[in-house]
Order: sequence, then C-alpha cells, then structure tokens
Amino acid sequence: MSDWTRKTAAELADALAAGETTSVEITQAHLDRIAAVDGAVHAFLHVDAEGALAQAAESDARRAAGTLLSVLDGVPIAVKDVLATNGLPTTCGSKILEGWVPPYDATVVRRLREAGLPILGKTNMDEFAMGSSTEHSAYGATHNPWDLDRIPGGSGGGSAAAVAAFEAPLALGTDTGGSIRQPGAVTGTVGHKPTYGGVSRYGLVALANSLDQVGPVTRTVLDSALLHEVIGGHDPLDSTSIDQPLPPLVDAAKQGADGDLTGVRIGVITELAGDGWQPGVMTRFQESVDLMVAAGAEVVEVSCPSFVHALATYYLILPAEASSNLAKFDAMRYGLRVWPEEGASAEEVMRATRDAGFGDEVKRRIILGTYALSSGYYDAYYGQAQKVRTLIARDFEAAFEKADVLVSPTAPTTAFKLGEKLDDPIAMYLNDLATIPANLAGVPGISVPSGLADEDGLPAGVQILAPALADDRCYRVGAALEAALLKQWGAPLLDKAPALEGPSA
Amino acid sequence: MSDTLIAFDDVLASYDPAMGLEVHVELNTLTKMFCGCPTEFGAAPNTQVCPTCLGLPGAMPVVNRKAVESAIRIGLALNCDIAEWCRFARKNYFYPDMPKNFQTSQYDEPICFDGYMDVDVDGETFRVEIERAHMEEDTGKSLHVGGATGRIHGADHSLVDYNRAGIPLIEIVTKPILGTGAKAPEVARAYVAQLRDLIVALDVSDARMDQGSIRADVNLSLSPKGSGVLGTRTETKNVNSLRSVERAVRYEMSRHAAVLGSGQKILQETRHWHEDTGVTTSGREKSDAEDYRYFPEPDLVPVAPSREWVEELRGTLPENPTARRARLQAEWGFSDLEMRDTVGAGALNVIEQTIAAGTSPQAARKWWLGELARRANEQGLLVDALPVTPADVARVQALVDEGSLNDKLARQVFDGLFAGEGTPDEVVAARGLAIVSDEGALSTAVDNAIAANPDVADKIRDGKVAAAGALIGAVMKEMRGQADAGRVRELILEKLQ
Repeated sequence: MSDWTRKTAAELADALAAGETTSVEITQAHLDRIAAVDGAVHAFLHVDAEGALAQAAESDARRAAGTLLSVLDGVPIAVKDVLATNGLPTTCGSKILEGWVPPYDATVVRRLREAGLPILGKTNMDEFAMGSSTEHSAYGATHNPWDLDRIPGGSGGGSAAAVAAFEAPLALGTDTGGSIRQPGAVTGTVGHKPTYGGVSRYGLVALANSLDQVGPVTRTVLDSALLHEVIGGHDPLDSTSIDQPLPPLVDAAKQGADGDLTGVRIGVITELAGDGWQPGVMTRFQESVDLMVAAGAEVVEVSCPSFVHALATYYLILPAEASSNLAKFDAMRYGLRVWPEEGASAEEVMRATRDAGFGDEVKRRIILGTYALSSGYYDAYYGQAQKVRTLIARDFEAAFEKADVLVSPTAPTTAFKLGEKLDDPIAMYLNDLATIPANLAGVPGISVPSGLADEDGLPAGVQILAPALADDRCYRVGAALEAALLKQWGAPLLDKAPALEGPSA
Repeated sequence: MSDTLIAFDDVLASYDPAMGLEVHVELNTLTKMFCGCPTEFGAAPNTQVCPTCLGLPGAMPVVNRKAVESAIRIGLALNCDIAEWCRFARKNYFYPDMPKNFQTSQYDEPICFDGYMDVDVDGETFRVEIERAHMEEDTGKSLHVGGATGRIHGADHSLVDYNRAGIPLIEIVTKPILGTGAKAPEVARAYVAQLRDLIVALDVSDARMDQGSIRADVNLSLSPKGSGVLGTRTETKNVNSLRSVERAVRYEMSRHAAVLGSGQKILQETRHWHEDTGVTTSGREKSDAEDYRYFPEPDLVPVAPSREWVEELRGTLPENPTARRARLQAEWGFSDLEMRDTVGAGALNVIEQTIAAGTSPQAARKWWLGELARRANEQGLLVDALPVTPADVARVQALVDEGSLNDKLARQVFDGLFAGEGTPDEVVAARGLAIVSDEGALSTAVDNAIAANPDVADKIRDGKVAAAGALIGAVMKEMRGQADAGRVRELILEKLQ
C-alpha cells in the first residue's frame, strides 16, 4: 500500500481519478498519521475523524456516480481554528471561545464542502491569530516538525505544521501580517496570502479586518493554486470581496513549472535585507534569485523607503481594529462565562470573563488599540498610521512599475526555540518585518521554501509579491523557482525532515 | 426627591432657551440594516436573528440598499445635501443588548447634512436647521425582570431580545434651535410632528411613536437673556409622544432656571422622561470625556450614491406635508382649529380619501374626529388602523344624505362594521336599520306622542316651537330610532299649527 500521506494534493487527485485509491482510504491514512504524530506536533485542536470519513465516503459515492464536485473532490483538508465551521468547535486558540460550536460555515468552509473536500479538523494557532510562534495558543504550542523544540511560526503554526508533518495534504490559513507565509517559511511549506478581497472573509473571526485574508497552506505551489481556485472569488456576504473573476491560477502554476521566466522582471527590495537577517537565510535567498535569473528573469533592485515604518504602522492599525472586534466576547451570548460572585451584574460578569478568557498578548493588543483610538490620540496614532499605510501602498505601486514581482526572504530567521522570544514582544513582532507590508497594501504574496540554512539546517523561505489582483504572477514565479530548486535538491525539501513516528506506531 | 421648578413665564424673563432635537426613525425596510433578517414588529423574542445581527464571531455586515435609499429620500425631503462618498463607523461601548459591543453608525461622514425644515406654530414660521441625518443600526432590547420599576437597578435578572438588533435607523439631528422664546416647547412639538408627517408621506417608517419607531431625544440649555452664550445642556431621552416633547422642554426649562437661579450649575447629563408623572430624572452623567473611539468600519466599503440615483430619488418625493396641509385646508374650508385637530388625530389621509369618495369635508371630519376617533381611542389605535375604511364612511354618509339613515342608526352601522358584519349596506340589511319611511306608521306615532303629552302639545300650539324636541324624542323612542327626525318634526308642526 502506498503511503498516501506523502503525496501532494494534485497527486492524490490524480490517484483518485485513476481509481488507484479512495477518499476513505486517503482520509483514513491522514487520520492515522494524525493519531501517530500529533501528540508530539500538536497541530490540531480538534480532529473530526467521524465527519471526515463520512464526507470521504460521500465523495467516493459521487465518484462512483460520476457526479464529482471539483478536481479536489475527496482530498482531505485541515482548517485553521479561526474559521467558523458549522457543527465543529471553533476556538480561535482562546479560552474565551472554549466549546463554542458555530451554527454556520465560513464562506471558504462552505466552498470546501461544496467542492467535496473532507475536513479533518481544526488547527492550532496563536490566540485570535496574535503571534508569530503559536505559543500564544491557550491550548499549548504547536511544535515544528523539523525540530520539536522549535516554533512552527504563527499565527498559523498549526496549519503549516500539519502539512509539514504529513498530517494533511492541504490546510487553510489566514494571514494578517504573515500568518500564512512566515509559518510556511519556517516549516518548509508553501503558503499564499491572496490579494485583499480575493477570498471571502465571511466567517473568519476577524483579527484586523482591513488586513486579514484567508489563503492556502500546502507543500507545493500547484496545490496552493488548486486550493485557491476552490476558495477564491466574489462573495456577496463580504462587502470587501472583489467582484471579478480570479485570474487563472492553476494554469499560472503549471506554466511556471516549465521553468521559463524569460522577460520576467524580479525586484529585490533593498529595505528587506541587512543587519538582523540570518546569514543562512540570506544565502538561500540569493541562491533563489540566481536560479530565477538562470531561468531567464531580469533582476532589478527597488527601494521602498516607507517599509521601515511598516511594523509601527501595523501595530497601530491591527490593535485598533482588534480591540473593537474582540469587544463582542462578553459572555452574554456564547463562549466562556465567569461569575465573579453570586448576583454579579452584567458588567461584572463581562469584566471577569474577559479577564479570565483572554491571554496576555490579547490583552496587550486590546489595551494598545483602545489607546490608539482614544479621543485626543486618534489623529496621532490611528490617523497617522492610515497615512503611512497609503505611503507604503505608493511604494508598492512605484516598485511594480519597475518589476513584475518583488522578492525578499519571507522571514528574517529560521525557526527559533520555543520560549525564546515569549517575553520579548518586540523581538517576536520583528519576525513579520518582511510580510507585513503586503497586508498593509493589500497585495498578494506567496512563500516558497528556499532550502535549509547552513548554520542550523532549518528551512528558510522566499517571498514573492505581486500587484493586487495579479496572484497568478506569484504562482507562476513561485512554481518556476520551486521547479529549479527541486532539480537542484533532487527531492522535495520535506524529505529531509525527521520522520517523527511512523504511521504504524 | 422632586425638582424645584420656576414658573414658565418667569423663566423667559431671565433666560433664552436653546434646543437641539435628535430624532431616531426606525425604517420600514423588509430586512435589517446589515443582514437579511425580517424586521416585523412583535415576533417572539430572538426569532428574527442570524449570525450577523447576533454579532457571532466571523459574521460580516452587508449594507441594505433600500435603507440607503430611504436615508437619501429623508435627506432630500429635509433639504439636505447628500454625500457623494461616506462611510460607516464603529461607535464602541459595552452594553449587553448590543451584540458586537459597538454600534455600526456614521460619525464624521453622514449621508445627509446641512438641511432645514420650516415649522409652523400659530401662523409663525420657525426655520429649524438640520445638521445631519445619518444611518445606523438599532440595538437589542433589554427586559429587566424583578424589581419595582422595570429598570435595571433592583432587577433580579435581565432578558435580551435581539430581534430589534440591526433594524435600520436614521438619526436626524438639528442644529441648536434658538430664538423661539416662549414658544420653545411648541416649536419642539411642531418640529417632531411635522417630521413625523414627512416620514409618513415618504412611507419610509411605520412612524409609530407609541411603538418606538420614532423616538426623540431633547437637548436643552438656557442662556442668560440676550447673552447669546449657550449654557450647559441636558439630554432628555425616552420622549415618545408629541405631547411629551412639549412637556419635557417646558419641564427642563423650568428646572434649569431653578437650578441656575439658585446659583448652582447644570450637570451635563442624560435625563429620563417619565410620561406618567411628567418629570425628568437624572440618568447617567455624560461628560465630554465619554469616548466612543469611533473609527471607520473596516468590514464595509464606502457608500457613494451616484448623482443620477439621487436625482431619481428626488423625483419620488411626495408633496411637502406642510404645503399639502395648506392646500387641503383651503380646499376643504377647515378652520385652523379643525385642521390642527385633523392632523393631531392622524386623520388627514382618511379624511382626504373619504372626501374623494364623495363625502362633504365637514361630514368626513365629523365622523373621523368624532365617533371614529372616540372608538380608536378606546382601542388604543390610530384612526387609520380601524376596521373601517374611508369608503365605508363615505357610504354611511351617503345613506344619511339620502335619508336612509340618521346619525344614531349610522353609529349602529359602525358597530356592525367593527364586528366584521360586512359592508355598510350588508349591516343595514342584516340589522334592519333603515329609517321607516312609512308615513302612516309615522303619523300614528306622532298622534300617540301628542296624546300622551298634552301639555307639550299646548305649548307648541301657543307657538313655542322649541318644545317640539320632547315630542320628537317620544316619537323616535316608539320608532326605535328608525325614523327621520326632520320628517317627524315637520309632521308634529303640521298637526299642531
């Protein structure tokens, strides 16, 4: 029997189409893998074996009847716990939502179901997606499959680790400042943050509404494109979703895999390199740029001077929006309810519940955001941040006049040790230095593994950014780079990751 | 703990009032402001809710186009400018009946701004300037259980109904209304009354103050006479009838003057109006430090009504209610008092329709403001909600005019209509209410009455015609009301003179 967990989603789809296996068999293989390794990895907060197998059986029945819903019909998937799933717990990694089961599906989840993908379960994350290490989950950290003592990135460390540890071929992530791309980089997986408005946010429990996007987390660029085409496109329930068709993404990935980048202008961003960037990460990055040049691309250096203010801008806009979004967690209608004493007033219950239900990082950002929006400070903080945001968007516009895509390392370092930066929020925030500008400007970006850093043998990633609506460029260039690297390595990068425990364990 | 008050006339000797009125209008859209839930009044608690209006994690709002349309039409009718581009904003504060703990409203970019309404009080016109009209969503409704007053203090527990959460509201805010002097209370009332008429004419709201679909907040301050310096204001909430608007302004003027006269300062606060006792009491203190941390709603895109759409909507505006009233008053020949009563009873439309069905203006007014207003009052309804249509009234009056009914019988026809017994003609037939025009029977009855009342008959013979009333009454009694009183009178006089 093949080990179906080692296959990509595209390969699984082909195997299903060829009648070599069934969705039930594939789904069961992943459930077995989860049972075997997730005790060590802790990528999942909730596994729905029964539901996933039932959905797989339905898929097999559809295949027999010739009524398939999509090319990925029958390929299982994991979903980040920040997305509402009808009938499945949705905690956002927070105690305050412990036990909450949404009565509705997020639009992306509905689209997964409508495309026939069995849902394996919900993946771990930093509480309300606030963090870069998954250590802020109220349910314990996720461990990096490359080194269980290290972080898997965040906030979507659970989705990235699940895919890297072969617990799922596909996962959904969300990216507010890098939460899909940075975990991708540090786990040797692929993650794409779509153009803002390209994928519906309805049912995504908002961290920062103007920055959040749902996107694919996979092991290959083609798989990301396949999944993106399932979840993307206009949704009338999300007013900020773009009412126009997606560009052909799978075609772009397939075109890129041919390895020809002739005529493509690659812009290297001056501001996203230098002191503080790990040498091994920079070496792998330079190598990737060289490979793209060898594939026919032209390299230009571009300067985005406002990017140096991106982190500060982000840490005003995000907490401001988050402080308001999180106000709804008040113990009145759902989630945790703490009674401080018999006969407490509603206000006292709200206060006690929020005190007990939110972790420190969440409280820190609520306080920051409340302050930034306060009368007398609004103009100096939130107002000013919005202006800088415009400047960053203009930097992108200018850069995209000189280059078709922009590239940088996805994260400044490889995975750090669990606990290493937990007491230093600023050091933690700096992890997202390279990924945040894309969220501020709403442009798409993909992270593709660039190899292992020489110093520590851990994965690094390259980020490829494109203009808004041109997600196809990310897929084309990403697939070309992936193909060139694969040729150099001779095998997928993840083959070098530790086996953890075998599926038979 | 009653407030010290100063006589109203004395207030005006020393102070000038300044008012500001904030009126919330619940729109009559079929669905809520930001989701597809129905808006029907009176459904069982928490049956008209969905993830969005319950504020469930992850749910998102979508703007109701019909609500935007209503907002623009209200703005145009109030002579406002309509924003080419405006946004919603979050007003952040915690309250259990507010699902998201922020209200999606508009802040510094209202959809309508800089308008006015001319208000008539006793033939004098006051221009009330409109600062803005903006869109927002209503909150849920708290029901405090236990305790004496239904208020939160002293309650055992509270229940929340989210059916109202997300119902579209338009908040219409005036600029300070100055220079109204002694007429301040009446101007306030007339403004709200005219605004209500406008809302009714636009058909954008049920406009029922008693059901809370129009709610007024009254801001009031006094400044030393002639100083022009605005004083500290209070905001009186929960003023839910036209009469209360007038009384609340009067009360607060008297209270402010007493506080200021004793050398104390007015506390800037929210006050509650008590309809039953006619007083205001202190609510929460509202300092300028209250901070709603407004910021643009990031889940919604800006509202940018095209100029073509705005002009199209301008074309749908009804006749201005004030102009319409002047026109109808002239056409009907009503006195100012008759017209005011008509408008006050909410009977303008039904009277207009009754007249259109062929009834004389005075007859239409008589029925709707007399018999029918009395019955509506008994049932706690407005006249236009009665089970009697203008066409019914017109038919009843036609039967009176042709002599088939008299007023007393007509009232019995209305009894039948209220009891659901069919059309006026069916009621007349079924109840046998038509006037007896059999001259023989009538003549006999008159003879009987004369015989039974010789003293009265003698008086009439002596020329005291007024005494005929007693005989008419006796005849009508014998005829069980089914006689034409005018014909009876003629017969009596014929026989005795």
